[in-house]
Order: sequence, then C-alpha cells, then structure tokens
Amino acid sequence: MIRPGSRPATGTGEQGPRLTFRIELPLLVWMALVWGALWQDFSAGNLVFGFLLALVVVNVFRLPPVELSGRFNVWRAVVFAVGFLGKVVLASFQVFALAVVRGPRVRSAVVGVRLRTGDDLMVTAVGHVLTLIPGSFVVEVDRGNSTLYLHVLDVNTHAQVERVRRHVLDLEARLVRVMGTREEMARVDAERAGLAFPPPQDNGSTPRGGDTARKEAP
Amino acid sequence: MTGSLDAVLQAVAGVCLVVGCLMSLAAGIGMLRFPDLLSRMHAATKPQVLGLFLLLSAVAIELRSWALVPVLLLAWLLQLLTAPVSAHMVGRAGYRTKHLKRQTLLVDELDQVVARAVQDGPGRDGLAQEGPGQDGMGQGPAGQDVAGRTGGCSAGTGPAGPAAG
Repeated sequence: MIRPGSRPATGTGEQGPRLTFRIELPLLVWMALVWGALWQDFSAGNLVFGFLLALVVVNVFRLPPVELSGRFNVWRAVVFAVGFLGKVVLASFQVFALAVVRGPRVRSAVVGVRLRTGDDLMVTAVGHVLTLIPGSFVVEVDRGNSTLYLHVLDVNTHAQVERVRRHVLDLEARLVRVMGTREEMARVDAERAGLAFPPPQDNGSTPRGGDTARKEAP
Repeated sequence: MTGSLDAVLQAVAGVCLVVGCLMSLAAGIGMLRFPDLLSRMHAATKPQVLGLFLLLSAVAIELRSWALVPVLLLAWLLQLLTAPVSAHMVGRAGYRTKHLKRQTLLVDELDQVVARAVQDGPGRDGLAQEGPGQDGMGQGPAGQDVAGRTGGCSAGTGPAGPAAG
C-alpha cells in the first residue's frame, strides 16, 4: 500500500523520487500501452520508446500523485465490467423509452449519498460509473465529506430515493472489492456481516441528507 | 463455410450500426422532450456510451483486424473517462445558475446543503476553506458563500485529471 499523504507532487525528500516512481509506475505502463495502441504496434521496441516518452511527459507535466490502494482483484474487475456493460445497455433503452413515453412529465430527484471511503480515486471512480450508467449523474461533489450529489431521473416516490441510495452504496462496495484498500474491504465485509460499523470521523457537521430530509423552501 | 460466417458477421455489424445510431436518436428525442437542463444532461451524455460502443464494435467486425481493436477500445475508454466530467461540469454550473425546474424534483438534498453552508457562514465545515472560487454565479441564496463552496467543490473534482491519466 502506498500512501504519500499530502506530500507535494514535486517530491524532493531523500526517498522522494523513488517513491514517486513507484506511485507513477501504473500510470507509465498505461501511457506506454496507449502509445502502442495509437501506433497499432505492440513490439518491445515501440513499447520501450513509449515508456521513455511517458517518463518525460510525467516529469515535465507534473500532476498530484494518484494514490492507488495497492491491490487489484482481476476476477472481480471482469465481473464488474460485464455487469457495467449490461447495465449500460439496459438503462440506455430505459432512458430512450422514458424520453419517448414520459417526456416532459418526467420527475427526478437530487439525492446526496455519503460514501464510506474518503479516497479521492475511489470517489472519482464511483462518480464516473454512476454518471455512465444512465439514470443518474453527479451534480456536485463534496470532497471533504466524500458525499456525491446525484441527479436521478424518473424518481416518483421516497422509497425509490432510498433504493437509489442503497444502489450507490452497493456499487461502491463492489468497486471496493475490485480495487479498494484492505481497510475498506474489511469495512464492507463487516457491513455485510451485519455489524454496526461507526461512520468515519470527519470535519464538523455532516450534511447527511436523506434519512432526516427536511424540505425548506427558501 | 467462410461465406456464411462472413454473412453472419456482416449482419451483426449492421445491427450494431443501426442500434448505435438509434442511441443518437434517443439522445435527440431526450433533448427535445425532457423538461430541464439536468434531465437533458442524461440524454445528452449517456446513450452515446452504448452508441459509440456499438459503432466501434461494428467497425471492428467489419474490418476484421485485431490490430485495430486496441485503438477502438482506447477511443471508447477515453469517452468513458471524459463524458462524466463534462456532464458533471455542465450539470453543476446549471444547478448553480438555477437552470432547473424545481417542481420536477421530488427531493433536492443539495439545496439544504447549500442553504446550511450559507447559514453557517464561510469557513465552517470545510466547505468554503479552499479559497474564493469566483465562478461568477451570484444568483445563489447568498451569492458569495455559495461561490466559496463552489470553489471547494471544483478543487474536489481535481483528481479526475490524474486518474484519467
């Protein structure tokens, strides 16, 4: 597990460069593969050249490091990808039908869902997947409380709102099983076993909407 | 034998093309018929994910070249990475500038949060600490605080960049 914390991207510590290299290795490999794909040539020489180019790019255009959890379950990733594709197909047609049948009378909701994890990459991944599955998209991200505010299409009852909330948390659990940290895995497992797990401590009052949703017209 | 396989593949590619184009039609109908910006964003960004996937599949099947598959996959992956970001940016800006019909919303939990952030004042619960984000959206319940919160949130969307690679 690699956790550089809030260390600045331009790591100048004594072990800084090596740590940065380890964090960036998956990114470099990915960029080399992109290079190969663009040239449609996956020979060793081309990939090595792509890797060197990626090194140059990464060092010239610095970005904050992406914190990977250090584990990746390939089997669960495949299952997730297939399920994702299925959902995209199903829900695309649902949106199509909705546009034709319901049209201007469609009702929707903005739902806030507090995720378990505060990890930037995980929040980003969950938000991306939610936006790609038709039916919901992320309107706002509250990074400090790792809360996603989703606009959900075709919501008519409060029971459906709760279903959306459960669906989002279920999706997060599945993503955690693919690439979450061990702590997150333990949390998801504990939740599944029915143990009451305390919510994560965070800064100040949490805007946990939903359960105690009060409607106040301004 | 190869002739019949050819025919089957050709038919599959044809179906992919037609259904893929149908998704664009779905987006168009959605744009016309949905009531406000936020619901239109669904139609504007989502069916194309499937639509482009089907069109690229048709290209791959039709050309029957394995060397092309990584490029097509890359094209689709890049769409997967960028479409949510653009939807989020447009949706967020639309929400802040009140380009939404409240009567179409069953619940709006974001509204409360913005109101509370305004009540508590800037600097409370980390919402307005990331510097004044002058997004020029002064139409919120209390212009400057909402703008401050917006700044925090735009910082929150930052990591999408490096994650996208």
